[in-house]
Amino acid sequence: MGAVWSVFAKEFLENLRDRRTVMTALLLGPLFGPIFFSVMLQLSLDRSRVGADEIIRLPTMNSAAAPNLIAYLQAQHIRIVPVDGNSTGTRQLLAPERATVARGLIAQRAARLVLEIPEGYAASLEAGRPAALRLYADSSRTGDERYAARLSAVLDRYAQQIAMQRLTLRGVDPQLLAPVVVHHVDVSTPASRSLLVLGMMSFFIVLSMLTGGMYLAIDTTVGERERGTLEPLLATPAPRGQLVLGKMLATCTYMLLSLTLSTSALCIALGRIDLEQFGMSANLGPATAVSIIAIMAPLIPLLAALMTLIAAWTRSAREAQAWLGILQLIPTVPLVFASLLNLAPRLALMPVPSLSQHFLVTQLLRAEPLDRLWLAASAGSALLLGALLLLPVMRLYGSERVLG
Amino acid sequence: MIEARWLHKRFGSIDALDGVTFVAPDACITGLLGPNGAGKSTTLRILYATLAADSGTACVDGDVVSVTSTEVRKRIGVLPHNAGLYPALTARENIEYFGRLCGLDRSAARARTGELIELLDLQDIASRRAKGFSQGQKIRTALARALVHSPRNLILDEPTNGLDVPAVRKLRALLLRLRELGHCILFSSHVMHEVAMLCDEAVVISAGRVVACGTPEALRQRTQAASFEDAFVALTGDAGENA
Repeated sequence: MGAVWSVFAKEFLENLRDRRTVMTALLLGPLFGPIFFSVMLQLSLDRSRVGADEIIRLPTMNSAAAPNLIAYLQAQHIRIVPVDGNSTGTRQLLAPERATVARGLIAQRAARLVLEIPEGYAASLEAGRPAALRLYADSSRTGDERYAARLSAVLDRYAQQIAMQRLTLRGVDPQLLAPVVVHHVDVSTPASRSLLVLGMMSFFIVLSMLTGGMYLAIDTTVGERERGTLEPLLATPAPRGQLVLGKMLATCTYMLLSLTLSTSALCIALGRIDLEQFGMSANLGPATAVSIIAIMAPLIPLLAALMTLIAAWTRSAREAQAWLGILQLIPTVPLVFASLLNLAPRLALMPVPSLSQHFLVTQLLRAEPLDRLWLAASAGSALLLGALLLLPVMRLYGSERVLG
Repeated sequence: MIEARWLHKRFGSIDALDGVTFVAPDACITGLLGPNGAGKSTTLRILYATLAADSGTACVDGDVVSVTSTEVRKRIGVLPHNAGLYPALTARENIEYFGRLCGLDRSAARARTGELIELLDLQDIASRRAKGFSQGQKIRTALARALVHSPRNLILDEPTNGLDVPAVRKLRALLLRLRELGHCILFSSHVMHEVAMLCDEAVVISAGRVVACGTPEALRQRTQAASFEDAFVALTGDAGENA
C-alpha cells in the first residue's frame, strides 16, 4: 500500500501549493456559509427589533377634525405630521386633492403611511354611524407592512374603546361583543424556533465539503491528464487501484478540512449573534461542532468518489468543472423533497445520504437525543455507497479510457 | 530487451497498428522512426502498458508486459511525450515521487535521486519548481525520473523534441553511456538526422507497419539514397500523409 501514501502525500502537497485550490477549498468555501448566515440573521434581527416602541411618523391630513384620535395616536408613539397645505403651503388642500398628495408622499418615499381624516368623520362619529378613515400604504413594499399592521392595530383598539364606551353608556355589557376569545399557545421552544434558519446549516456544510474537494477531484484526474502527467504516472509499476485510492484520500482530506473549518466557523459566527433576542437558542458549543463533523464525515468518501468518477470521465477540466457545478445541487435534492413532502425523520429515511445527515444535524441543534441505530444507518449507508462508487472509479483507471 | 510481436491496435475505424514486430536488443540504442501518425507513440504506449494491444504481445526481457505485470514493469523506465512533469513540484520532488511509486523506500528514493541529479547535471534546478523549466531541463528531469528505479530498459517518446543542438548532444552522450552499461534503449523520433546520429539500429514504421529495419547506413545503402533522409522518404512513401 506504499503507493497510496506516496500519491496522497504528493497530491496533498501539490494542491497546497496551488493558491486557487487553497482559496476555494480552505477559505471561500468554508467561510461563505457562516458569513451569509451571520449577515442574514443580523438583518432579520435588526428588522424584528423595530418593535412596539419605535416611533412611527404619520403624515395626517385634516388632523384638526379629530383631536381625540390624534391625541390617542400620539400616546401610542405615533408622531403626527399635519399635512394640510399644498406643496407651497399657501392654501388649504381641497378634499379631492388629498388622495393625490398622499400617493405622491408614498411614491416619493417621503412617508410609509399617510392617514386621511375625511370631512364627514366628526359628524359620523357624533351621530354614531361608522366614521370612515383612510389609511394609505404600499403593500408591495415588504419592509413597510409591519408599520401598517401596527397602525391598524392601534386604530382598531381606538375603535374598540369607543364602542365599549357607547355600550357602557347604553347599559350594555361590553363583553357581549366578545363571545369567543382565542388564546394562542405557542409550544415551540427557542431551540426549535431557530430551526427555520438553522435548518439551512446542513446544506451549507455539504456545500462547503463539495467545494473543498472539487478542485482536487478535477486536478488529480482530468487535470493530470491535461497536463500530460497521467501517462508517466500510469506507466509506473504502481498498481492502479493504489493510485486511485491515494488520489481520493487527498480529496477526502481536503473535504474533511473544509468540513471542519466551515462547521467551526458556523458555530462561532452563530454563537456571536444574540439569538436569544430572536426568540431562539441553538446548541452551538464545541461538542456540537464535533458531533456535526462526525455526522457529516461519512458523506465524504461518497461525495469524493462521485466527484472523482465524474471528473475522470470528462474530456477536459472545463467540462469537469461544469459537471461538478451541477453536482453541487444534488445533495440539496433530498432536502427539497423532504420539505415539500413534509417528511418527518424516521429510521426508513436514514439510509438516504444528505437527507439523513440533515435530519440528524437538525436534531442535534434542537438538543434532541440521537438514536444510535439512526446514526449507524446514516453513516453505514453513506460509507457503503461510497465503497460501491469506488468500483467504477477503479475500473475506469484500469482501462485506457482514462487516458482520454 | 524489448520485443513487439505482431501488435495490432484499432481506434474506432482506424488501424493504428497493423502487425508491428521488432526487437530492441540490450546494449543497443534502437530508434523507432516514422512520419507523424505512423503509430510510434501507440507502439511505445503498448510497450510500457498504458495501452493494451488488441492482439499481439509486448515483451520485456522475454516476459509479457501488461497493466497488472508489476514486476516486469519495474524493469522499464519511461520518458513520455512532452516529459510530463508536475509543475508545482521541484525537479527533486518529481524524481523522488516516481522513485517511491516504483517501489523504492524513502531513503533509497532520496539517495537515488541525489545520484541522478549529479549524473544528469541537474544541481542548479533540483530545488526549483518544474513550472518554468526550459524544454531541455524538462527532458533531463524526466529522464532522471525514468531512471530512478534503475530499469534495464528505457523507452523514450520523442526525447529530442524541442531540444537545441547542445542539449541533443548532451542527451546523446548520456544515452551512449547508458548503452555501455548494457541498457536497452528504445526511442522514437521523426527527425532523420537525430536518428542517424543517435541510434545503432533503426526501425522504420509507416501506417502501422514496420517497413524496414537495420543500421542507418544499411538502410541508406538498401534504398540507394544519398542520405538517410532520402532513404526514409523512399521507405515510407507518401503513407505518412494519409495515415
